Amino acid sequence: MIKELTCITCPMGCQLTVVDKNDDGNFEVTGNTCKRGPKYAINELTNPTRVIPTTVVVRNAMLPRLPVKTAEPIPKGKIFDAMKVINQVVVDAPIKSGDIIIENLLGLGINVVSTKTMAKC
Amino acid sequence: MIYDVVILGGGPAGLSAAVEAKKDGAENVLILERDRELGGILNQCIHNGFGLHTFNEELTGPEYAERYIHQVTDLGIPYLLNTMVLDLTDNGDLKTIHVINEEDGYTVIQSKAVILTMGCRERTSGAIGIPGYRPSGVFTAGTVQRYINMEGYMPGKEVVILGSGDIGLIMARRMTLEGAHVNAVCELMPYSNGLVRNIVQCLDDYDIPLKLSHTITFIHGKDRIEGVSVSQVDEKMKVIPGTEEYIPCDTLLLSVGLIPENEITRNAGVEMDDRTNGSVVGELRQTSIPGVFACGNVVHVHDLVDFVSEEAVLAGKGAAKYVKGTLDTNVTFTTVNGNGISYVVPQQVAMKNVEENVTFYMRVRQVFKDRVVNAYIGDQLVATKKEKKLLPAEMVNFKIAKELLAQYPAGEIRFVVEEAKK
Ligand SMILES: Cc1cc2nc3c(=O)[nH]c(=O)nc-3n(C[C@H](O)[C@H](O)[C@H](O)COP(=O)(O)OP(=O)(O)OC[C@H]3O[C@@H](n4cnc5c(N)ncnc54)[C@H](O)[C@@H]3O)c2cc1C
Ligand code: SF4
Repeated sequence: MIKELTCITCPMGCQLTVVDKNDDGNFEVTGNTCKRGPKYAINELTNPTRVIPTTVVVRNAMLPRLPVKTAEPIPKGKIFDAMKVINQVVVDAPIKSGDIIIENLLGLGINVVSTKTMAKC
Repeated sequence: MIYDVVILGGGPAGLSAAVEAKKDGAENVLILERDRELGGILNQCIHNGFGLHTFNEELTGPEYAERYIHQVTDLGIPYLLNTMVLDLTDNGDLKTIHVINEEDGYTVIQSKAVILTMGCRERTSGAIGIPGYRPSGVFTAGTVQRYINMEGYMPGKEVVILGSGDIGLIMARRMTLEGAHVNAVCELMPYSNGLVRNIVQCLDDYDIPLKLSHTITFIHGKDRIEGVSVSQVDEKMKVIPGTEEYIPCDTLLLSVGLIPENEITRNAGVEMDDRTNGSVVGELRQTSIPGVFACGNVVHVHDLVDFVSEEAVLAGKGAAKYVKGTLDTNVTFTTVNGNGISYVVPQQVAMKNVEENVTFYMRVRQVFKDRVVNAYIGDQLVATKKEKKLLPAEMVNFKIAKELLAQYPAGEIRFVVEEAKK
């Protein structure tokens, strides 16, 4: 098996080639600039995951939305389920960047965290 | 009070330039920002992928901004929010900055050096003139980014996006996550104008079709947009008859490019470059007016904020040197865009100011595969950069060591895209 893919870990977007000579899961990755490339490629072929950046409702802040993200990438198939849960949440300012907004999202063992500091006003 | 360095705009370029100027010995530094918070466009770019190589961590826009805002506050650099810069005038050794804010009304601020970091704005629908009415429901992608991510409302449910710029791609995913249906992204060119990673993670992940060599020929609907007519175009970008397709939608996003915000720069009399729509700058981002520096999207549109921060460090160093009287003004080299290259920044290099190397930022005119970018001085090949793939959407950064350039007396550095020599 030979597969071409673009590493999306960072904006460099390296073109990766993955070769699995004997189709036994021994992947050989080339084209990467850094060591994150092979990790991404193997993940993408076995268990693709994504970080979800989105927002939740925030009260008493300068703006009505607080940006948040999943602290770790979650399985691609769970993205819309995750959005449903995240969209239920309402928080109150003040909030710090990094504060946990949802613990153990969908039982995945991954938290949703704030990505912005918002003062109370 | 007379400031050493005043920074016009508190986005990533302004923040990073302020920090560097202060660290390099400029004492009185001030940031002026028209918005209600620092951070610029990053505040609405809530997606991740920023700063991986700078911070070794994958950050979102607001997180990236906060890193720099902390550096600014840790260094005690003052800033004024809700303060709009109207005009900049050059009185030789002193610059006068005309500002307006709610508390003080109109005031003037004086400074020895100024760094322009006003960023860019989006091209609007008027600029591309599609036939049809001008119903509501037509927005620039950046405006919708702000609506959804900061103000918290969705402008529509059935979406078409014109232009494959990064903001449009990011918004295709964002609106899909929030429950909208994105019918298509139409791009006039035969290639995407956004980063490949964004095609992968924003379109492919959600099966959103990217229609290359397609444009919108008519906007339907009088009060609210009801749909668009989309047609394929040929190599000359002329509509191919018979390819027309009607796509119903209630929202049209335009992601057709960014233009540096340079009214203040032009009015001040700074020499401009019509290839970048920004000012002509040197290796430390000095402009044609001594003491006026510029960096970030106001100089040329960057696709990545990491490069904006990198460039801003140069401007901060430059301004600090100028204030201390150690900035050399003798231009050694000018840069020229040869075959395949549409612009090069910086346009000038004063070798005495260079520390270890000079990074030249440039864009290619079209898609190339397996080529090299060569730098020539006269007919001498100075340096080569190999590229598997060159895309107009992805800025090339080409670093050349000082010791290499120092072997040549002066003249033009010409950058060209060529076949790799076997
Ligand atoms: C809508 C949009 C979305 C973008 N999304 C991305 C993205 O997702 N990822 C990415 O890497 N890049 C993105 N970019 C590119 C992004 O602009 C750069 O990465 C980076 O933010 C540029 O930094 P900057 O400081 O040069 O400009 P900006 O971030 O635009 O900051 C300029 C600042 O100057 C202020 N200002 C302007 N004029 C005045 C004035 N007259 N008086 C006072 N203050 C003034 C503005 O309010 C602003 O805060 C986007 C650009 C736009 C326009
Ligand atoms: S391999 Fe490394 S440098 Fe290349 S895109 Fe992936 S993370 Fe970025």
